[in-house]
Amino acid sequence: MRQEGILRHAAVRLLGLIPTLLVLITIAFFLIRMAPGGPFDGEKILPPEIRANLDANYHLDEPLLQQYFRYLGQIISGDFGPSFQYKDWTVNELIARGFPVSATIGGLAMLLAFFLGTLIGTIAALRQNSAVDYSMMGVAMLGISIPNFVVAPLLILVVAVYAGWLPAGGWDWSWQRMVLPVVTLALPVIAYIARLTRGSMIEVLHSNYIRTARAKGLPEWLVIRRHALRPAILPVISYMGPATAALITGSVVIERIYSIPGLGSYFVQGALNRDYTLVMGVVVFYGIVIVVLNFIVDLLYAWLNPRIRYDQAP
Amino acid sequence: MTLSVLTRLFLACSLLGLTACGERDGDFGSPREQRSTPVELVLLEDGQPDPSVLAEEQVVYRGNGEEPETLDPHLAQGVPSSHILRDLFEGLTTESAGGDLMPGAALRWNISRDARTYTFYLRRDLVWSNGDPLTAADFIYSLQRVLNPETASSTSRSLLPIQNAREVLAGELPVEELGISLLDEFTMQITLTGPTPYFLGLLASPVAFPVNRKNLEEFGDQFSKPDKLISNGAFVLKDWTPRVSIELQKNPKYREAGLVLIERVIYVPTEDRSTEVKQFRAHELDWTYEVPNNQFKWLQRHYSYELVISPWMGSYFFGFNLTQEPFIDNPSLRMALSLAVDRQIITDKVTQFGEQPSFALVPPGIDGYVPFSPEFADWTQEEREHEARRLYEQAGYSDDKPLRVEIRYNTGDNHKKIALAIASMWKQTLGVYVTLVNEEFRVFLQNRKQKVITQVFRVGWISDYNDPYSFLELFRTGNGQNDYGYSDSTFDALLDEVGTERVRARRERLMFEAERVLMSDYVIIPIYSYVTKRLVNPHLRGWRNNVMDHHPTRNMFKLNSKDTGEQL
Repeated sequence: MRQEGILRHAAVRLLGLIPTLLVLITIAFFLIRMAPGGPFDGEKILPPEIRANLDANYHLDEPLLQQYFRYLGQIISGDFGPSFQYKDWTVNELIARGFPVSATIGGLAMLLAFFLGTLIGTIAALRQNSAVDYSMMGVAMLGISIPNFVVAPLLILVVAVYAGWLPAGGWDWSWQRMVLPVVTLALPVIAYIARLTRGSMIEVLHSNYIRTARAKGLPEWLVIRRHALRPAILPVISYMGPATAALITGSVVIERIYSIPGLGSYFVQGALNRDYTLVMGVVVFYGIVIVVLNFIVDLLYAWLNPRIRYDQAP
Repeated sequence: MTLSVLTRLFLACSLLGLTACGERDGDFGSPREQRSTPVELVLLEDGQPDPSVLAEEQVVYRGNGEEPETLDPHLAQGVPSSHILRDLFEGLTTESAGGDLMPGAALRWNISRDARTYTFYLRRDLVWSNGDPLTAADFIYSLQRVLNPETASSTSRSLLPIQNAREVLAGELPVEELGISLLDEFTMQITLTGPTPYFLGLLASPVAFPVNRKNLEEFGDQFSKPDKLISNGAFVLKDWTPRVSIELQKNPKYREAGLVLIERVIYVPTEDRSTEVKQFRAHELDWTYEVPNNQFKWLQRHYSYELVISPWMGSYFFGFNLTQEPFIDNPSLRMALSLAVDRQIITDKVTQFGEQPSFALVPPGIDGYVPFSPEFADWTQEEREHEARRLYEQAGYSDDKPLRVEIRYNTGDNHKKIALAIASMWKQTLGVYVTLVNEEFRVFLQNRKQKVITQVFRVGWISDYNDPYSFLELFRTGNGQNDYGYSDSTFDALLDEVGTERVRARRERLMFEAERVLMSDYVIIPIYSYVTKRLVNPHLRGWRNNVMDHHPTRNMFKLNSKDTGEQL
């Protein structure tokens, strides 16, 4: 019964994805076209003959609606088209190269943040209002409030320039080049998860079933692990959906500062250069990633929380 | 709100911390002392360095700014790609380390008396990197490709001086009608519409590089990828990972391969200038694309030997919109505003980057041209301000009836700081009320072009070729770039004459006269002329400063770090 409910829910949600993406594509397509200037406008103006050749080459001379339907047709066949800016690459190629990098950095950062965050949060909750609690939460507050464009250069300066332990920037899939960006990305998330965990853990620890578990004489670590942790991380899980989406789609700041070839910079550079196909490709791709992740979180939620069931009323 | 205050506080603290860390540089025991020792070098009789002082590994890591948009020489427009393309390809002409024009694929050339027909005699032993012979037909094919409408090349505009180029680009004539003809296997002729003094220099730029026809026909628009690209320069493309690195390897088939010492060049995209500096400091780069303005002072103190500053052919100025109030027909007001700007303070205190304060349009150092200098360039700033106040009143403004004006610029720290400085100078000297308006780059360009809401606006112009004309033509009536609405028949007539004049000295005189006319109309407020600034590993040698900032790797070599310093 429960299994079937989840499946039906999943199917409905997946179907709901299509109109969502269609709306997203339509809005994004017309929004970027409404932005003043085009991909071939620069400080140096092109002679009209050359401009006409470029427009014809990229179908920009067609009516906008026709371009829109041409684009929709392309997307359905899975082709995001050639990039206006990076002429030697298609948007598909750029996403295929950029996303694994962003996903690796973001995924590792999320894993690190999840384990450290829940650990710190749990410890702080168990030592509520003690010096340990205050110092941990103080540090967490710092982690949330110091922006990563401050943390990142400082880390590079100390770890790479002065100590020479790790490279200052660049990318070759080696762990040495991942450490600093992963840590920088994870820091605020660790802090946030720690605060979330602490709050809900304190609440859970005061609930009746924990008192019951303790009364049964279970050792404290078992009480925490078996009975308290699962309900306590529920708010963390719902936070992790969008947070993971944000992390794995790439952060422009981190990518620029550490010279990482992720997806985030393509998005921003694409928008600034009016690289229509690149922006659209990344937007559609982001859309899919975010919707899918939210969907996964919903399923996880149902699995973790016995109070939520996706089956019909009894 | 609280958070943003907190954020700023932390930002301020960490920036302070950053400087403090920087001051204690030596405490970290990095091998800095060794790097900052000036290195002497002895060249052998043939101009090559003594092999005993060369580093074992001749590999150069060059920071290269943004990711290059393409390695197709006919489609590339950006500066980053041009650096790489100059290593990969060679045109009919080429440049020396110091930027002087030299024979490239062409051994010599003749120019007809009317300066319209160029005959090129190619070297007979040239080959592509795959071993195929390289002949005049390859160059003709390449020039035709650039101007073919189907190629949709935006840099093709530099080839417009070639006869019939405009008609071919517009699709009105077939490419065969271009003013280019093959005389024999190694001789070709190019006919121009009029004398074009910078034409030989143009042939050394990527748009005139040869591409291999077989290469293109086999791979189409994918030909410029590693393992595919066939080129004729000192290096060949080995590897390309977007936004990570582009690796080139010495081309053993290059005509002067014996003189090329660097074995591998790795171009590293460096989008973030601060990170680039850190990569240099961590010895990951030998050469940076640029250095960030806000670290200039610090670098000057701690990396004085590595920091290289050199004039560049670009001008930074503010323009007036002459088609709208208050600047329409109001030269006194425009002159007053120009005089009230203290350029020295802007370059010394605001930008702090060794830029040259400027009073004219054309930057110094371009192809021997000496720019026009107005009378007030020799005045003291007090004299200028005094005259500014007089002109301001003459234009009908006073403390009771002050001028209200907008300065418009595209978003950028440097532009903002300069606009702010100008606004406060105008306020202090004249009592002008200034509103600063910043806009995203393309919005800004569009507003500038429409000439409706602009009043005073920022302009930065970096020339495409080593010729003052590229600055002057921006102000010609009807030029697409004329965002000032300037129209002066004397000026236009002078430019027409410049276009047909083939005697160099007379042409220079005409350009000087045109610049004088323009500057006497106070169409712009010159601020400074650009400089290039970068960090270079002191062991990397063979390159020389030049106004075009072209630095082909084939001239470079690396010294052995152990053998430097006291010993030589």
